[in-house]
Amino acid sequence: MTEWVIEAENLTRRFGDFTAVNAINLQVAAGEIFGFLGANGAGKTTAMRIFCGLLEPTSGRATVAGFDAMTQAEQIKRQIGYMSQKFSLYGKLTVKQNIRFFAGIYGLSGQQVKHKTTEIVERLGLATAADKLVDDLPLGWKQRISFAVATVHQPKVVFLDEPTGGVDPIVRRQFWDMIFEAASRGMTVFVTTHYMDEAEYCDRVSIMVDGSVAAIGKPADLCAEHGVANVDELFVALARKATRHGD
Amino acid sequence: MATDRRALPHVSGVKMFRAFVLKEAKHVLRDRRSLFILLGLPVVMMLLFGFALSNEVKNSNFVVLDRAPDASTVGLADRIAESSYFTYSGRVDSEAEIASWFRRGDARLAVMFPPNFDHDLRHLGHAQIRLIADASDPNTASTVTNYATAIVAQYQTELGGSHVRPGAIAVETRMLYNPQLKSSYMFVPGVMTLILMLLGAMMTSVSIVREKERGTMEVLLVSPMNPLILILGKAVPYLVLCLIDVLIILALSYGLLDLPTGANLPLLLAESLLFIVATLSLGLVISNVVQQQQTAMFVSLVGLLMPSLVFSGFMFPIENMPLPLQVISHVVPTRWFYQIASNIMIKHLGFAAIVKPTLILAGMTLGLIAIAWRTFKQRLS
Repeated sequence: MTEWVIEAENLTRRFGDFTAVNAINLQVAAGEIFGFLGANGAGKTTAMRIFCGLLEPTSGRATVAGFDAMTQAEQIKRQIGYMSQKFSLYGKLTVKQNIRFFAGIYGLSGQQVKHKTTEIVERLGLATAADKLVDDLPLGWKQRISFAVATVHQPKVVFLDEPTGGVDPIVRRQFWDMIFEAASRGMTVFVTTHYMDEAEYCDRVSIMVDGSVAAIGKPADLCAEHGVANVDELFVALARKATRHGD
Repeated sequence: MATDRRALPHVSGVKMFRAFVLKEAKHVLRDRRSLFILLGLPVVMMLLFGFALSNEVKNSNFVVLDRAPDASTVGLADRIAESSYFTYSGRVDSEAEIASWFRRGDARLAVMFPPNFDHDLRHLGHAQIRLIADASDPNTASTVTNYATAIVAQYQTELGGSHVRPGAIAVETRMLYNPQLKSSYMFVPGVMTLILMLLGAMMTSVSIVREKERGTMEVLLVSPMNPLILILGKAVPYLVLCLIDVLIILALSYGLLDLPTGANLPLLLAESLLFIVATLSLGLVISNVVQQQQTAMFVSLVGLLMPSLVFSGFMFPIENMPLPLQVISHVVPTRWFYQIASNIMIKHLGFAAIVKPTLILAGMTLGLIAIAWRTFKQRLS
C-alpha cells in the first residue's frame, strides 16, 4: 500500500468572502516529486501555507507526514523543510554559519551539526566558499545552499516555493539534479514552479485554477487525456478558463 | 515505513534560542554600519551636546569705551576680561566705532564708562555704566549682558566700603541644581532618552523587517521554532547593546563632562532596562506593520524621534506648551523616562521621587508588549 505523505480532503480556506482554496483533494506519496502548478492567484501559496502549518484550513482536512494541519501544526513543522523563492539565507553570515544556524533551529545536536556542515560543504563542492559570506556568492550557489539548508534535518517532505526563479537553464538543471537525488533517498518533494519544462521532471503534477484542482496526474497521462503535446499547452488550456486574476 | 528515518529529537527551546542569539550577534558584529550607529551614535551625540551645542556663551569679544580711564574703570574692565565668558578686544573712542565693531562681528558687547565714573562712585555712592550688546541674536545678547551685569555687581560688592551702596534694586538669583549655570551635563538624561528610543526602536524594527524582506522570516516561521523564541532572540542582543550604550553614556558623563557623582546608578540601570524593553517593543510593533527596511527606518526616525524630542521636555519645557500638546506629551514614553533619568542623574533623587513615572512607563511597556504580540499573531494568520 502506498504511504501518503501529504493528503488533502475537501481542503478549503476562505478569507472573508474570498475562497482562496476551494475543496481540493490530492495525495502525494512518499518519495514522490510532486509539481504543484497554477497561475498567480490560483491558490497555490495558500494551500502550501496550510501544508506547512502556517495557516489553518477553514474546512476539510489536510495531513502532512501523518499529522493534522489543523491541530498538529507544530509536529508538522518538525517533519518538513521549506525553501522560499528568495533562497532565504543570511547574507551577512558565511555558508558554514548559515548551515549551523538552520541546523541549530531544527534542534540538531552539536555533533550532528558539525557532521552535516562538513557533509553539505563536500557534497556541494563548496570547500573554497565555505567561509565566504553568502552575499558574495552567485545566485546558483545560494540556491543550492538554500536547498541543502532546507533539508539539513532530513525532513520527510520538502516544500519548494518557486525554487528556480531568476537562474539560468544550466543552473536550473543542476538544481533539479539535487531534487532527483533527494527524492531517490526517499524524500518527498512538493514543488511549485512557473517553468513548464520543469513540470515534465515531476512524477505527478496538479494544476490549480481558481482555487480548485483542475487536473492531477502524471504529466504524460494528462497531456494524452487533454490531447495536448506538453504540460505547457495543458497549462495554458486550463488556465485560460480561469475567471479570477492574480496579482 | 518506506524509508528509515532518524526520529527528530524534541527540539529544546534553549538550544534554538542560543542558535538564534548567536546568529543575531554575528550579524550585528559583521554589519559595520549598524555597529557604528549602535556604538558610535551615543559617543558622537554626547560629544556634540557636551562641547559643541553648549547653551553657554563663552569668549565673547567686548570693547571698552572709556574717555577718562581711572582706577575703577580699568579695574572693572580687567575684571570682565578675566572672566571666561569674555575676551577683551580693544578700546574704542566713539559709539560709531562700536557699531562698526558689531557690524564686522568682531565684538558682541561694548562697555561704556561715563567720565567721572570713579568720582561718582566714591563720592555720590552711585555711578552709571552702559552695556551695549549686539542684539541681532537676541538670546546671545541677553545672555552676554546678564553675564556682564553679574560681573559688575560682584565687582561692586568687592569694592565694599560704606561709600559704595549696591544698586537700588537687588535681585538675587539662585540656580538650583546647576549653580554655575553649566549646561554641559544638563543634557545627559535627554540625550540618553533619545538614543535609547531611537536605537531600541530602529534597530529592532529594521533587523526584523530585514528578515521579512529577505524571506528568512518565512523560513523561520515554517521551522519548529516557537515565535516567542524568535522575538526574544531578536530582542536580547539589542537589549544588551542598548545597555552598553547606557554604560558608554555614563562613562562619558562622569569621565569627560564632570557630571556630579552621587546618583543611584543601580536604580538608573534598572529604569533604563525598563525603558529599553519599552523601545524594543515599539520596534517590534513597527516591524509588524511595515514591510521594508527603509520604511521601518523612516517611521522610527520621523515617527519617533520628533515626538520624543518635542514631548520629552528635554528641549522645550512642557509647561509652556498649549494644553492639547501637554495632553499629548502624556502618552509619549520618552517624557516619563526623561523625568526619571534627570531626577536620578541631576537631582540625585531616589526611587520614592520617581514612583509615578516608573509606574506609567511600566504600564506603557506592558501595553506595547501586548500590542506587539497581537500584531505579530495577526500577521501569522
